[in-house]
Amino acid sequence: MSEHTPNSYMNQPDERGHFGQFGGRYVAETLMPLILDLEAEYRKAKADPEFKAEFDDLLEHYVGRPSPLYFAPRITEELGGAQVWFKRDELNHTGAHKINNCIGQILLAMRMGKTRIIAETGAGQHGVATATVCARFGLPCTIFMGATDVKRQQPNVFRMKLLGAQVVPVTSGRATLKDAMNEALRDWVANVHDTFYIIGTAAGPHPYPELVRDFQSVIGREARAQMLSRTGRLPDLLVAAIGGGSNAIGLFHPFLDDPEVKMLGVEAAGHGLDGDEHAASLAGGFPGVLHGNKTYLLQDEDGQITEGHSISAGLDYPGIGPEHAWLKESGRVDYTYATDDEALDAFQLLCRTEGIIPALEPSHAIAAIVKVAPTMPKDAIICANLCGRGDKDIFTVAEALGVEM
Amino acid sequence: MSTRFETTFAKGPALVCFITAGDGDTAANLDALVAGGADVIELGMPFTDPMADGPAIQAANIRALNKGTKTADVLKLATEFRARHPQVPLVLMGYANPMIRRGPEWFAEEASKAGVDGVISVDLAPEEDQDLGPALRDKGISLIRLATPTTDDKRIPAVLKGSSGFLYYVSVAGITGKQQAAMASIEDNVQRIKSHTDLPVAVGFGVRTPEQAAEIAKVADGVVVGSAFIDLVEKHGPDAPQHLKALVEGLAKAVHSARKA
Repeated sequence: MSEHTPNSYMNQPDERGHFGQFGGRYVAETLMPLILDLEAEYRKAKADPEFKAEFDDLLEHYVGRPSPLYFAPRITEELGGAQVWFKRDELNHTGAHKINNCIGQILLAMRMGKTRIIAETGAGQHGVATATVCARFGLPCTIFMGATDVKRQQPNVFRMKLLGAQVVPVTSGRATLKDAMNEALRDWVANVHDTFYIIGTAAGPHPYPELVRDFQSVIGREARAQMLSRTGRLPDLLVAAIGGGSNAIGLFHPFLDDPEVKMLGVEAAGHGLDGDEHAASLAGGFPGVLHGNKTYLLQDEDGQITEGHSISAGLDYPGIGPEHAWLKESGRVDYTYATDDEALDAFQLLCRTEGIIPALEPSHAIAAIVKVAPTMPKDAIICANLCGRGDKDIFTVAEALGVEM
Repeated sequence: MSTRFETTFAKGPALVCFITAGDGDTAANLDALVAGGADVIELGMPFTDPMADGPAIQAANIRALNKGTKTADVLKLATEFRARHPQVPLVLMGYANPMIRRGPEWFAEEASKAGVDGVISVDLAPEEDQDLGPALRDKGISLIRLATPTTDDKRIPAVLKGSSGFLYYVSVAGITGKQQAAMASIEDNVQRIKSHTDLPVAVGFGVRTPEQAAEIAKVADGVVVGSAFIDLVEKHGPDAPQHLKALVEGLAKAVHSARKA
């Protein structure tokens, strides 16, 4: 803990969108007035019981919330330490936590009278979730996706098209998630009058990190209530994988002021932190400014952004949400990392012991649990977010394991 | 003592020319721009993620970086430009991250030593001025801000606060190098901005031809051209200087024709 422990960890960001030195609004002037409008509208929506009622109703009847909190007996036994529990967000409609945020943002878009939706996507999960809510509400949808990712993620590209979205392959830069986000920002700046940008993670200019966190916090609120009701106490440790960090902040945030609950965010270490082939912005990056916010970034000594790598396309981003950067510096949350190989082992472990095929993203969280659970007593409780299901990843895993399909 | 900006804009409408540092033979290209009549130079600092730029300038950024252009090279180009052209205002234009990577004081100090007059940081909103503004102002370097069609009267004072040199009016809501705005809109917006400030207002985005430049020079203090030069640098490589000079001559004549006869 830092010596300047705040009274509460839940009152960030400040009115300028800063989480300590992180966050903020670093956008071209064309977007600033819109960002300010969005913030004003979000304040109103947050205070509007009708907005909350509609959001809650859609989460219950369309997304399928609350998601179960599941005690995993066989992986617990295999690891021989703390009890392992999973928050089952992979059972949501569309197969991941991304939909929670998309529901919230499209409701905001409609409140603001916007008639066209854009989004960026890496692996395609956020693209699919965005295309889903656009179909549900009948709004035209354009998804920007790096051309490299379009090739790697054909099933999700087809899903988005089935849902009526236009998928634009981005060939600029190195044609991955970062470039898709650049292109979405370019589209937005040219179409500010009618277009709403649904950002997929708890990053970007203020108020995005705050509103994405708020929409995703349903994960942690449910988990907290479910854990209390099932065990009569709070968990000892929360674990979640981190790319941009939306599922992790969603799980962590409602517990931030429970001092007995420790938290562990798990970044993707790719081929290891020794070289450049990883996506661990906190462990291997430095503070800087990209895509509207100040946060830890993978960058060189001149401030040029370097490419991340992870076997999980959803974690393959050179930045991280600004609230995580602040929680790291404040000492409230611990951050570690897992390599591609460790995540692959954890992926198979969960398949084998619990009959659950996880996405590669939460496989990183499971890899961290494999290390930490045996060091904890048997009456300790770990609660991890299973933020996505692995159907989308079976081809990647097969290839990594040398299996021909 | 008046600044290079004041001296330059006092003559009447000025031609502001942008190229990306490290793309082509930048020193020779800069000399060609000045020889052709450029009044102010904007030297682009390449960045991996130029979010506000269209395809032409994006590609120029990538070409420069792929050639190994470093921040030190940009500063060296600026230093040598200043030695060759003591009177021409020089602006570094780019994105915030490369400018603050080693700390704002470091950047302001190096820019000052290089003889830079102003800095444009595209994604540093006035709301985040603390990251660069104080350090630049300490060194007497102008922070040049952008105003756009979406910058309403309520917001203009915030944009102007702490800015100096000139104001860059981005005439279209969009990225660089695309369509040009309607003249009526440009004129209205420039007048609107000028009712808030005595700073010169230069207009850019989508300006390519002497005809466009002449029209804008009638209503603004400066005309900014960028992508049209970048296209020539890409197309002609080592032979770019002569082509740049020819284009600048036409643009400069058009802009300067609006000066008081």
